[in-house]
Amino acid sequence: MVSTNVKILIVAVGLLAFAYIVPQSGSFVVLLATRAMAFAILAMSVDLLLGFTGMSSMGQAAYFGVGAYLTAVLATKFHFGMGWDFWLVVVMGILIGCALAALFGLFAIRAGGVYFLMITLALGQCVWGLAYRWNSLTGGDNGINMSGRPNFGLDLGNEVTFFYLVFAFFAVSMILLYVLVRSPFGRSLAGIRERELRMQILGYNTWLHKYIAFVIAGGFGGLAGVLWAHTNGHVSPETVVLTTSVDSLLMVVLGGAGTLVGAAIGTAIVFGLREFLSTLVPWWQYALGGVYVLTILYLPMGLMGIPSRFRQRTQSKDEGAKKLASKPS
Amino acid sequence: MNTQFWVVQAFNGVSYGALLFLIGSGLSLIFGVMRIVNLSHGAYFLWGGYIALSVIHFTGSWALSLPVAALAVALIGLAMERLFLRSEGLAFLRTAVIASGVGVLIGLAISAKWPALIGGGWIQFTTLTVLATIAMYFLFSRISIVPVDTDVLRQVLLTVGFAFLFQQAALDIWGGNNMDINPPPAFTQSIVVGGVYLPLYRVFMIGMAVAIGVVLWLVMEKTRMGAAVRATVDDAQMARGVGIDTNRVSMFIFALGAFLAALGGVIGGAFLGIYPGLDFEMLPLAFAVVIIGGMGSLGGAAIGALAVGLADNFGKALFPEISYFTLYAPMVLILAVKPTGLFGRE
Repeated sequence: MVSTNVKILIVAVGLLAFAYIVPQSGSFVVLLATRAMAFAILAMSVDLLLGFTGMSSMGQAAYFGVGAYLTAVLATKFHFGMGWDFWLVVVMGILIGCALAALFGLFAIRAGGVYFLMITLALGQCVWGLAYRWNSLTGGDNGINMSGRPNFGLDLGNEVTFFYLVFAFFAVSMILLYVLVRSPFGRSLAGIRERELRMQILGYNTWLHKYIAFVIAGGFGGLAGVLWAHTNGHVSPETVVLTTSVDSLLMVVLGGAGTLVGAAIGTAIVFGLREFLSTLVPWWQYALGGVYVLTILYLPMGLMGIPSRFRQRTQSKDEGAKKLASKPS
Repeated sequence: MNTQFWVVQAFNGVSYGALLFLIGSGLSLIFGVMRIVNLSHGAYFLWGGYIALSVIHFTGSWALSLPVAALAVALIGLAMERLFLRSEGLAFLRTAVIASGVGVLIGLAISAKWPALIGGGWIQFTTLTVLATIAMYFLFSRISIVPVDTDVLRQVLLTVGFAFLFQQAALDIWGGNNMDINPPPAFTQSIVVGGVYLPLYRVFMIGMAVAIGVVLWLVMEKTRMGAAVRATVDDAQMARGVGIDTNRVSMFIFALGAFLAALGGVIGGAFLGIYPGLDFEMLPLAFAVVIIGGMGSLGGAAIGALAVGLADNFGKALFPEISYFTLYAPMVLILAVKPTGLFGRE
């Protein structure tokens, strides 16, 4: 086993190397990495729910969507958030994500298992329905086109500057979530994931724990949405559609649920596959579908689970050998 | 907004509900029996429509396209259930299917990336694909799959993966254009009831859904298989305990669900059109039907379909800006009050 400090060091070095290499790799890669990092914040928020609390939400795109739509509506209708007030929009995006999750959580948290999945799906569809149909506010199917990115001394219109900004948000989100899941609160979430009844018997208010985790995840979803809107310069109902939620779930499972780094790696792989392949070949969706099927069938613990799967295998082989050896012949 | 408006909207809502019943009832039964949330159900609907288009194209017979498309999709569903949604048995076949899928992708990728390498010929491409398939077969047969039988989330993601594969395959086979299924001319007329014009085709849709609903009800209530299905919905473990072959029940229900969804695709294709993306448009609606009615309940699916059909039509006509919201918000409320749906059992 690698010790925790070494793991943190590996991730830190990996992140720094990423921040150093990407800006030198051409504008296509920079934009791709920026998009992936904004989305990775959403994936990590899904991981907080799925990997650390054991709740599989099928509506996480809702918080992503309100963050993105808030940014786009403020920017185009009120010219707000294009200067220093960008930071205000970030705060508002986080708050609106939290607020929506606080509302939705009241309905969703009560339900468990497959019913939680269903109710979050329905909640996500509510937000999608509004985005798709509320033409006067959201521009309906066409969405909203934004003109340019904020400029507050730092010109975010510059792709590399914007990359560093999103990178900072991504790294800070990862650190915050890491601190959260290592805290006593995070430990009790893991307890709920493992066995909710036992935590209840021990006197924990499991509903409140799950609710708080849900609200925090909503906040990170909102933040991801704000960054996503500025990354693409365009917000459409595609942002809130069911497949966005499902994609974020897959990214978490692909990387390895319960490991924040895994969520980021999963996002990078799915984005890389989609964006690279879609420029090369028309059939890229087969590869995406294939990744879904193969991950689920062969890698239930995700890529981060590969070492432990190998260890399990060699262990069971060793045990088998021992059994054979100890058998009286 | 006179009486005529209300009558026409209600009629349209009911006929749309008839269509939703076809796609929703199968989804509901599959969930009830197997506890599987099948996200490729929309793809079955879409494929039903596309296969019907091909049948009509080659034979010119609309009536023939209904059973052919539905049976073909039922077979696809059956294969998916046998090979991927259950862990026991057929490991050889499953590995072979996966290996050939990955092998073809590798072949395609190499010929797209380095066309010079294989010269673009069919023989080279086939050789490459076969070699890749064999290599993949040996690779995958060495790794054991982890069963998805009990894990809801992994079942969901697996079926989404298949939905994407079906979507892309449909795009490759039938192209990206919006196509229409043209029913026989007899159905394109309207009948006049009390001064209101009612398209005959929509009357046919309602009749078809009612007929299928009655047949399903009879099968569920009066036959031995139906009793086995009901027992499995109530308590699968207990059903196995008293000697019901729940394995066969699941197989039957999954094929039936795919059959009904495809039938919906053929019938709905005449007024929705058949186009890429229809699968993920219908899927949430089908879930709304299932959730409102309660998962695993046939009567619930009928009521749910009617409710969603009416809510969708009146929502679009009366409050266009929030029409989907008026559809999904009641669904949330129902779920919050009674997570198992109106007619679902604990």
